[in-house]
Amino acid sequence: MSDTAKQVTLTIPMYPDMELAAAKTASVLAELMNFGEGEVEEIQLAIIETCINAFEHSKSDDQEVHIDFLLKDDELQFKVTDRGVGISTDTLDGSRLLGSPGVHTDLRKRGRGLQIIKSLMDEVDIESSPNGTTVKIIKRKKP
Amino acid sequence: MNKFDIQIREDGEHAVIETAGYLNDALGEQLAEKARELIQNGYTQLVINLEKTTLINSIGISILIEIIEALHEREGALNFCGLSATQERTFRMMALAKYAGIFPDEETAIANL
Repeated sequence: MSDTAKQVTLTIPMYPDMELAAAKTASVLAELMNFGEGEVEEIQLAIIETCINAFEHSKSDDQEVHIDFLLKDDELQFKVTDRGVGISTDTLDGSRLLGSPGVHTDLRKRGRGLQIIKSLMDEVDIESSPNGTTVKIIKRKKP
Repeated sequence: MNKFDIQIREDGEHAVIETAGYLNDALGEQLAEKARELIQNGYTQLVINLEKTTLINSIGISILIEIIEALHEREGALNFCGLSATQERTFRMMALAKYAGIFPDEETAIANL
């Protein structure tokens, strides 16, 4: 990569499995930046979870998710934006509890998409308003 | 867009479910259905081989949890095998490893049921 950051933009419709298009693009870019195989998978999973959250919660009229990738020498940034009604972090963190009420409550408490994203990425920042939500994520290359 | 497949191998007291593709709600529901059929047929010792499963999202994980719980209600057991490092890390973080075994290959997963 050169010293100049490169930008790639992608817009996907909120159709089933379209998060895979975002994941594929992220995979190509991460490989271009020489991220390791495991890190590429982590980036794919993070963008999948972010897109699914937008699909499920945004209620946007245009039914689109806009993704801006910024490729820097030492990190990959991506911003996932929808033009929906906005969403609280509490909702993102707790609305998609895993499974139905059952035997093992600790499985339920921990099973959340945002938790996966935060555990795999270096920085996660969520900005939400009644005009939409942007999730900014940074994955840094290991030295 | 998402090509997926499920193979079942029944052998005595245990059965192996092998999934291929992206484990999301669609594949997950098919997986859950196959698991329910096996459990109804008396198989309470299951292995899920994820070696050919490229990605698993949180909805897919929620369905795996339902299978774990269905087996535990019948005093059964579930072992996973063939996970990538990222998948294993995610499973451990979400406490699946507390209730199901994680093994590198199918043979070891079966042996530890």
